[in-house]
Amino acid sequence: MRMKTFPMGGVHPPENKISAGEAVQELERPARVQIHLGQHLGAPAVPVVQKGDRVRVGTRIGEGKSFISAHVHSSVSGTVVKIDDVIDASGYRRPAVIIDVEGDEWEEGIDRSPELNREINADADAIVRRIKDAGVVGLGGACFPTHVKYMFPEGKQADTVIINAVECEPYLTSDHRLMLERADEVLVGVQILMKAARVNRAIIGIEANKPDAIELMSRKARGFEGISVAPLKVQYPQGAEKQLIKALLNREVPSGKLPLDVGCVVNNVGTALAVYEAVQKNKPLVERVVTFTGRNLPRTGNFLVRLGVSVSAMADHLGLDIPEDTAKVISGGPMMGKAVAGLEIPVTKGTSGIVLMADGAARRREVLNCIRCGRCVSVCPMGLEPWRLEKLAQLDRFEECEDVGAADCIECGSCSFTCPSARPLLDYIRHGKANVMRMRAERRQK
Amino acid sequence: MSRNLVLSLSPHEKGGESVQKIMWGVVIALSPALLASFYYFGWNALRVVVLGMLFCVGTEFLVQKFMMKQKTTALDGSAAVTGLLLAFNVPASIPWWQLLVGSIVAIGIAKLAFGGLGKNPFNPALVGRAFMLASFPVHMTSWPKPLENVWSFGVDAVTAATPLGKLSEGGVAALPNLGSLDLYKDLLLGRVGGCIGETAAIAVLLGGIYMLVRKIITWHIPVVYLASLAATTGIFWLLDPGKYADPLFHLLAGGAMLGAWFMATDMVTSPMTARGQVIFALGGGVICGLIRLFGAYPEGCSYSILIMNAFVPLIDRGFPPRRFGKEVKHG
Repeated sequence: MRMKTFPMGGVHPPENKISAGEAVQELERPARVQIHLGQHLGAPAVPVVQKGDRVRVGTRIGEGKSFISAHVHSSVSGTVVKIDDVIDASGYRRPAVIIDVEGDEWEEGIDRSPELNREINADADAIVRRIKDAGVVGLGGACFPTHVKYMFPEGKQADTVIINAVECEPYLTSDHRLMLERADEVLVGVQILMKAARVNRAIIGIEANKPDAIELMSRKARGFEGISVAPLKVQYPQGAEKQLIKALLNREVPSGKLPLDVGCVVNNVGTALAVYEAVQKNKPLVERVVTFTGRNLPRTGNFLVRLGVSVSAMADHLGLDIPEDTAKVISGGPMMGKAVAGLEIPVTKGTSGIVLMADGAARRREVLNCIRCGRCVSVCPMGLEPWRLEKLAQLDRFEECEDVGAADCIECGSCSFTCPSARPLLDYIRHGKANVMRMRAERRQK
Repeated sequence: MSRNLVLSLSPHEKGGESVQKIMWGVVIALSPALLASFYYFGWNALRVVVLGMLFCVGTEFLVQKFMMKQKTTALDGSAAVTGLLLAFNVPASIPWWQLLVGSIVAIGIAKLAFGGLGKNPFNPALVGRAFMLASFPVHMTSWPKPLENVWSFGVDAVTAATPLGKLSEGGVAALPNLGSLDLYKDLLLGRVGGCIGETAAIAVLLGGIYMLVRKIITWHIPVVYLASLAATTGIFWLLDPGKYADPLFHLLAGGAMLGAWFMATDMVTSPMTARGQVIFALGGGVICGLIRLFGAYPEGCSYSILIMNAFVPLIDRGFPPRRFGKEVKHG
């Protein structure tokens, strides 16, 4: 079988899916959680609890008030200690609700039974409302509020829901485990999304390095009208939205446009499960599966973690001493994840994994002159010229950065990964891209 | 628990490619031609190769240390490759001091004066060779006969004209066995006069294929260069076989193989995109063919590449990669 893939660029980093065989375990609740109010793209939620308030699991503690925002719920039962600025994975201090845990009481109306509920009673509008109420955001890492994706602007319509189960990041295995262990719920979730988008076709894209998941999902999908599974070649960044649409449907999202402009809505497979729970079980997004892994760890695993639990609490519960040679802790995967400054950062809606790197791998190599080998150009999945963007951004020539497509960069990191001179290509491209975005915003204001 | 963690932006994973690996990969790829040159030209080939590499690495080291006062990159492999390629592009009988002059020009002027590794617009080894050809025309065009006096260091060995030289001097009449299998066999195996590393076409080809397999280069430049040279010379051969040599002869003779696989593919001085590389190689093949057919020199390979080197910045601007999501039509 010839497998689908995107047409240009891409790299193949070592897969290192060490924890793929580890079944998801539920993590014990810690004594305290820190739940950030801005766990999503867009405006942070506004706190609706105060110091001293009693909360239960599922109590809404933050409200997303702007168009692009999401509600935040308590992941534990207990007492609000304070609302304070706490460092998150991006390294900034951001407002968070800090809760001391007491017991495990859930809000009324949340169905915690394991029974599968296949009957979708809600209509499209009700589905979107429930997704919004449950604070569901994209769980692949970008954390775009899911309900916003399904509020189509006038005149726009979709014909396909694409479920991103590619998990092309090295190390991460949370989506893989989710498909193996909760296939039925995921598939009902996909049907719900199809109903919300008013389409009768959904494609689940899975990278070929997960044959068991492809087999299981394909078999189970036969029981669901309109859902198919597409195996994809192992090639990074297969899971990038635009690349995935191109691979599956051969449609090219135009520069500066959204998937909906080519009739697609793309959601992560974990999001489909969260949507199932939100719509069928009335359960807000209060926990997620997180891969805890690293080549220097004696044990790795996939864990169902309540949001707001710190990385060090995770390690403690695992009975893991963080190895002495650990020099970098990454929230997310090693290609696009963020290196964090400490182990106290909490798990948020976007935390797909925590990857530990030992000293040797964590440090960058010495930067040499560009030898113009052209590898950055040939691996760029967006057809950009990273070497040129790097030069222009270094010189703050942002108009030219815009001309040669800085805004199209998806920040997949293939260029920096592949550069034989170890040049910080993506660092400079980000600098250029940020300034291009700033210029565009200023132009819109005029 | 507190510990100091490394903070840096993604990606945190790094591929295995490095400048050193690429450069030493090129050296490995040159080794079949190197062995062939030892076989045909003996001690003299060894002498020129060792001196060429030594002179180039030495020039880089001394210039960087005493003139530029910066950390030296002499051992990153690139100066060694330049030295090796310069040696490959001169006759085995070249006096050591001429080679030294060529090395100083190649590394000192063509490479370091422009800013060192990656900054030079022209292929350093070819600049060195062109300088030597202009300065020492007699020594640069006296070719020791292969397999003669292999074990002597004597510079006054028996000489043999190169096939392209004969062709240029006396036309096709000077090559009586043109069209016979023996000539192509000699050209393929290197039993002809010529520069150290260029004579055995098969050995050069072997190294080229190694670089393709190792993904050090892509097929675009060598294949298009050779195809373009064959097409240019082929047109005239078809028009008048009595006056012009056939394209296969042109592919195997002189420095075409070495140029196409090792000189034109120099990353620093060739375009970045596949499309640009095709244009670059196309132009190179045509220029090489025209110089050979109508130029004053019997061989035009080095000049064709140097000329196309000059166009690289323009080609890079004119032929960028196709951008994803730009000018797309969809229904």
